[in-house]
Amino acid sequence: MEQALVIAAHGSHLNPGSSEPAFAHADRIRATGLFEEVRETFWKEEPHFREGLRTVAPDEVYLVPLFISEGYFTEQVLPREFRLEGFDPADWDSDGTTADHTTLTAADVGKTVHYCGPVGTHEAMSDVIIRRAESVTGDTEVGSGVGLAVVGHGTERNENSAKAIQYHADRIRERGRFDEVQALFMDEEPEVDDVTDHFESEDVVVVPLFVADGYHTQEDIPGDMGLTEDPASGWETPTVVDGTRIWYAGAVGTEPLLAEVVLERALDAGAADSTSAARAMEGTR
Amino acid sequence: MNEDQFDALQSAAEAGIDTETLTVRTDGETYDFVVPEASYTGLSDDELHAAARRHREYVTEWYFWTEVAPEPAQRRAFIRWVEQADDQSVPERRERLQEGIRREWGQLEIQVKLAEAGRRVYQLHHIDDSDERVEDLTVHTDPHEAREIRKSDEDGRYRPLSTAPTLRRGWAFVDLTPAALVETIETFYPATIANWHREQEGELDVTHWHDAVTRQTGIYGVVETWDRGEGTDHVEWVAEACCADSQCLKRREWEYDEETPLDADGGDGTFPCREPCSLVVSAARKWTRIDAEESRTYEFELTPSEKEQLEELIDAVADGRTEEIREADFSDGANRWRARFLRAKLFEDGNLDGVPTGDGGAAEGDH
Ligand code: SF4
Repeated sequence: MEQALVIAAHGSHLNPGSSEPAFAHADRIRATGLFEEVRETFWKEEPHFREGLRTVAPDEVYLVPLFISEGYFTEQVLPREFRLEGFDPADWDSDGTTADHTTLTAADVGKTVHYCGPVGTHEAMSDVIIRRAESVTGDTEVGSGVGLAVVGHGTERNENSAKAIQYHADRIRERGRFDEVQALFMDEEPEVDDVTDHFESEDVVVVPLFVADGYHTQEDIPGDMGLTEDPASGWETPTVVDGTRIWYAGAVGTEPLLAEVVLERALDAGAADSTSAARAMEGTR
Repeated sequence: MNEDQFDALQSAAEAGIDTETLTVRTDGETYDFVVPEASYTGLSDDELHAAARRHREYVTEWYFWTEVAPEPAQRRAFIRWVEQADDQSVPERRERLQEGIRREWGQLEIQVKLAEAGRRVYQLHHIDDSDERVEDLTVHTDPHEAREIRKSDEDGRYRPLSTAPTLRRGWAFVDLTPAALVETIETFYPATIANWHREQEGELDVTHWHDAVTRQTGIYGVVETWDRGEGTDHVEWVAEACCADSQCLKRREWEYDEETPLDADGGDGTFPCREPCSLVVSAARKWTRIDAEESRTYEFELTPSEKEQLEELIDAVADGRTEEIREADFSDGANRWRARFLRAKLFEDGNLDGVPTGDGGAAEGDH
């Protein structure tokens, strides 16, 4: 049966860059030809979540949220707006980071929807964070003598947003590649403001676990860390703060490798077949 | 008609072809072949071939609509709409297609021409570029490039509402197949084809204001509080402010609720709007807050001309007219120097006539 991949992202009424990652990852997956159609849908842009499914032809849809954590959006907004009949967060049987997929019917179009967990909590996201650290330092071996801070928003509407950050920080720490790994937050302890207090290493890579660059990643965080007085005029990479070299990467969601996490989510839910998928992705690199 | 098309015809005849303009059947040995102006029975293979050649326009049409035009039904229906296929006979339509048929979809003009072997090729450009030569426009062939064009207006400002009548000019998509045409239109105006088709079929699933705001939870709960059974004036104002054709090319089909239509004009757009969009809901959220304030009496001294000037200023901003006002047009109340003069005269510490706002103005405690 023909399959469509539908990516659900936040988008913005004000910031044209907000939807860029969704488009970029969709383009890459589209180029593999693994899906009959790949469609980007948004909460704040168009097609809206409400109308996304009716724009694709296939009756079988893999729906992947381009969101960082489980919570308000994945449990309430998306199921409601995509009209996923009978969705119950308990079907995911998740501890806050382990939602994988569940199959439902979308009431308005009658399509079968394999509703996947958000990209942010997929284990492959740890690799994207590391890739981000490599690209910002220009060092594919980065790790030894270096600290890594994974930064998140913290308690937004839902405690799970901090869990996702912690989850990847723990996983990356266990690999032993970086001297130190810390989860830091914008509005709870440990705070990103005091980044240098939390590390002993001379070099610290800071990767914000956000889908898109915007106010938080381009103004709040660089300002809070003291990278610059005036975020609008940019900052040096690295910037020395209190004797520590800070390598600040933009939002992790803009990393091209994230397209593979989107695809992984759909594969985990039974889309395409993984061998041909791996090969097809190679072809787009 | 080419040989591939004839082969397709012959094999489809096994199961039987039965469209409005072409019928072909076989009993396994001979064929029946029927078009609007002729009917043949008991044809041999060769005779079928000859009949198909004689009436080739019907065969190539059949081939286009079964093998080339895109699935599913909504896309096919749209392709038919573009060439007004349901209103004309095959020979008439083909004659018009030779010259090219033009159709408008929002600010897009679609041009379709007949190409070789009954195929169609489509071109798409801004309606105001209808008379431009393609050589003078920036040419695109990849539907996804429409994303960039859609994203900002002529002045480079971000367009969060794709159906705002501010699409910029100067580009053309050429050599599009039917499927690529559909994809390009869907990129400029997402979901418009699907919703238009639903409406054509009498199946448009409209979500009216009341249901739409009741559904919204979380931070949008505040919109719901606005919907507090005090009549529908507030929704009339929203529709008048946002959904008029000067602001959005969709034709508003949503009302206050199933029983309570709005008086505000829904517009004449080709494609419908089936539910308050996210932009309207966001704006309504702001109005909910400021409209919840109690009104109070302020006293200002204004000359009659100053009162009129304030009205002109509001009109000019609401109609997006401020940019066009000439520097030296002092007869226009929204002229910049006129506005600056008024401010110099009437404002004291940012307050009109020096009268303080008092607690609770929208300028404080809100961002
Ligand atoms: S709600 Fe109004 S502004 Fe929004 S898309 Fe519909 S008609 Fe346009």
